[in-house]
Amino acid sequence: MNERNKIIGKIDWLTVLIYLALVMVGWFSIFSAKYDEMHPNIFDLSQVYGKQLIWIGASLLAGFVVLLIDAKFFNVFSLWVYVVVLVALFFVLVYGKATKGAVSWIDLGAGVKFQPSEFAKMATALALAGYLDRLDVDLGKLKNRLAVYAIVLTPMALVLLQNDTGSALVFVSFVFVFYREGLPGAGLVMLAGAVAALLFVLTLVWSQKVMYIVLGSLMALTLLFQILFTKRRHILSAVAVFVVMFGFVFSVDYAFDNILQEHQRNRILVLLGQLDDPKGVGYNVHQSKIAIGSGGLQGKGFLQGTQTKFDFVPEQHTDFIFCTVGEEGGFKGTAAVVLLYMALLIRLVALAERQRSTFSRVYGYGIAGIIFVHFAINIGMTIGVVPVIGIPLPFLSYGGSSMLAFSIMLAIFVKQDANRLNIL
Amino acid sequence: MAIYIAVGVVFLFRLFSLQVVDKKYKALADNNALRYVTQYPARGKVYDRNGELLVFNEAVYDLMVVPRQTVVKDTLSPLYPFDTLGFCQLLDIDKASFVERMQKAKKESYVKPSAFMTQVPKEDYAHIAEVLYRFPGFFFQTRTVRHYPQVIAAHTLGDIGEVSKGEMERDEYYKMGDYIGKSGIEKSYEKELRGEKGLKVVMVDVHNREMGSFDNGSLDRDPVAGKDIYLGMDATLQAYGERLMRNKVGSIVAIEPATGQILAFVSSPTYDPNLLVGRERGKHFQELMKDPMKPLINRAVSGSYPPGSTFKTVVGLIAMQSGSITPATCFHCSGLGSMPIKCTHSHGSSPNFANAIMNSCNPYFYESFKATINNPKFGGVKKGYEYWKEMTMKLGFGQKFGTDIPSELGGNIPSREYYDKMYGGQWNAVTIRSLGIGQGEVLATPLQLANIAATIANEGYYYPPHLIKAFGDGTPLPEVMTTKMETGIEQRHFKVMKAGLRTVFNGPAGTARRYEMNDIAQCGKTGTAQNPHGNNHSLFIAFAPAEDPKIAIAVIVENSGYGATWAAPIASLMIEKYIRGHVERPELEKRMMEGVVIYKKER
Ligand SMILES: [Zn+2]
Repeated sequence: MNERNKIIGKIDWLTVLIYLALVMVGWFSIFSAKYDEMHPNIFDLSQVYGKQLIWIGASLLAGFVVLLIDAKFFNVFSLWVYVVVLVALFFVLVYGKATKGAVSWIDLGAGVKFQPSEFAKMATALALAGYLDRLDVDLGKLKNRLAVYAIVLTPMALVLLQNDTGSALVFVSFVFVFYREGLPGAGLVMLAGAVAALLFVLTLVWSQKVMYIVLGSLMALTLLFQILFTKRRHILSAVAVFVVMFGFVFSVDYAFDNILQEHQRNRILVLLGQLDDPKGVGYNVHQSKIAIGSGGLQGKGFLQGTQTKFDFVPEQHTDFIFCTVGEEGGFKGTAAVVLLYMALLIRLVALAERQRSTFSRVYGYGIAGIIFVHFAINIGMTIGVVPVIGIPLPFLSYGGSSMLAFSIMLAIFVKQDANRLNIL
Repeated sequence: MAIYIAVGVVFLFRLFSLQVVDKKYKALADNNALRYVTQYPARGKVYDRNGELLVFNEAVYDLMVVPRQTVVKDTLSPLYPFDTLGFCQLLDIDKASFVERMQKAKKESYVKPSAFMTQVPKEDYAHIAEVLYRFPGFFFQTRTVRHYPQVIAAHTLGDIGEVSKGEMERDEYYKMGDYIGKSGIEKSYEKELRGEKGLKVVMVDVHNREMGSFDNGSLDRDPVAGKDIYLGMDATLQAYGERLMRNKVGSIVAIEPATGQILAFVSSPTYDPNLLVGRERGKHFQELMKDPMKPLINRAVSGSYPPGSTFKTVVGLIAMQSGSITPATCFHCSGLGSMPIKCTHSHGSSPNFANAIMNSCNPYFYESFKATINNPKFGGVKKGYEYWKEMTMKLGFGQKFGTDIPSELGGNIPSREYYDKMYGGQWNAVTIRSLGIGQGEVLATPLQLANIAATIANEGYYYPPHLIKAFGDGTPLPEVMTTKMETGIEQRHFKVMKAGLRTVFNGPAGTARRYEMNDIAQCGKTGTAQNPHGNNHSLFIAFAPAEDPKIAIAVIVENSGYGATWAAPIASLMIEKYIRGHVERPELEKRMMEGVVIYKKER
């Protein structure tokens, strides 16, 4: 009893409060999105909002259990959790049920479906933290670096094979961890990633020819600058960098036409304004923007939204839940939610920094990155700055696997944090 | 951490501009709602080979409802409360029916329009639409139904009906209340005929008035009209065929040999295609289903008949091709005393091929069949039979053509394994002798019989028979319909066969000599098929003119006796009608049209 009281006193209540606030916003939004006069009770368990309540309860319970478990447990068993999730992912590939083209469900019977990819993110964060926590691991060694890459890329590949591009993309968030932990080249990878994304977009918008001209002039300018003004000349490396960029631009068209699937191509083209919505590809986004935009400053009020209730956006209670927030809560509501996420992320990073163990720090950075990528992609998608990629908004979107996974993920970190003073 | 803050701030700016600065989205006043009105494309029209209209569209009006919008909350509104009684009176329905329809619509969607009452008659539409503004949530959607100006070819044209649950699940294009081809070419060419639905998004105010299109129509999609279809069918010939088959059970299939296009496709008894249109469709369909004469069945492709003596053409061709007989080959015939198959015709005792065809000599073709499958070059009767079956299938039997004819059956040519099982491996030519005269297990559809006539007319090849002639927009036909099918039998054998079939009309003992015309050279073969269900079926296959065939035909009149009595004259009249444009044998025509051959089961 004593031990438990200590824990409750030490947990970071700010994180928990933000968490509870987001969960409540989500629940009411789901209720509003799916509300109809025939089922006016928010506790109606036959409706999705009633089911979400069950999931919230289950998540709170799971979180509480996590807080009671010894903090060291997660470090010790991180590898096992990881292995179990990998097996589950593999199992899904073989026996999974397909929804919307992605094979990511295991049917547990009795209407309960389980989506291992939601748990894979957490398990990977645990495994990464557990591995980096080992005393003999040094990121200066090639062998250890390769192991780190393998830990992240294996589940990512399995999720990608399930055709679940959105969830696979989330694994990119571990680059934040690498950066923090000083993995050589992590900063470079982020820079290269940003440049590659820029080149990709520009190539599709401007066409290859224009890009060759632009890159050519840039290269000429760089070389000219180096020859004229600098003493230490890196002409060879500069040329090499540009050759790689040329190669990249050259391959963009090929990759775009041959590797991406048609619906993915269309989503990107719509976002870039290159495709004028011929088959209703931009339809969801357009509707989503109307819903959010029509909310105005004050919003239309709870249950008063007209756009989100018209079933305009097919995924309005899952991936497009932010529309309901925007329409009924207005800018006040959306700003509040965005600020809550920002506060949560800043708080998580701050907590991570005050950890004494590598395990807790890495894990903290890991989950902050995961939540961030979900937040950035999901909200970005609903307001039309990111292509439509189906991943849930943490704590808000309807869905049991996602709710449970995010809650447990957060609870593990809160537990680690509460336990930080016990670590020597 | 900087990037977290940066992205958050970017989002805040973006949201501020979207929600507070940009007034475009707020133009949607809170009171306005959007109504998604499906724009139905005009379904493609259907013409006959000469451009005569067979199917077109008529406008009908569906009364739609958005259940959520029927609930009026504002107690001060003149529309409060919803006037259920007035509404029921307007539509002439009772309260129970109103509740039932409403519940069905709610089950479909509470917030999106669904059909409340489909195909409201034009005269009712006008006065309902006038006062519909008093009933929030209701509006009319215009759609079209099919109309058949010429009451012919019901089986071919088919019909459309509301999509079933299964059809909606198979193809997301369809929504509740949509129409889909259910049979005939409406089914085979559903994708081409239907076009693509469009969408109009209109704003509706609290008084249920349309306030114009939303966002200058940026979300609207124009519907794409369906393709028109030209059939190979000749409407005049089709109508003539249906009149000839009145009060008879059976089928006529006529094919243009050069193309495989179907000129006439009669299945009798038939029905008025207009019966399966409109709100009474279900009721009429049930009635037709219950009719013991089974008018809904397309006997031209869903009827399997023993081909009888018409099949002797096939047996003869394969026997010649395999080198088992020559035109000079004679087999002995003792008439009724022949063993193991007796002959039903009296003729010289030792006919050659031409004589045998003219007299339809059973022993001759049994011997030819036996000579084929026992031919030493195959090394055994079973190998010989396999060869025979393969050649039969090359002539279009025992399988479907798989073009554009729904509910097509493939007939039956038994496999070697079937006989092995049936006779425990112990069988020979005598065991399966009835195949040689088109009896026994062999079954063919009228379409397959017309096709063998076309193949002989072409002297060796055919195009898989199909209904369509062309798409209105010039889209090429599917390859299966334009692929020339070779039979693997040399032309010289077909020439012999053709000469033989000519004598059926002009030979001294020809079985159809009564129907010879002076100026149109017809070739044909009678058939009288025994069947377990009653009197013999009367069959005839034919084509004409002999040297430049324009039409190949098969006629079956069920349970009517000899081929020469009913099927042959009907085929001959069809040929005359098609080639000459009119008929110069009024007495024969009258007798055929007025003839009643409906077999009744013996008590
Ligand atoms: Zn004989």
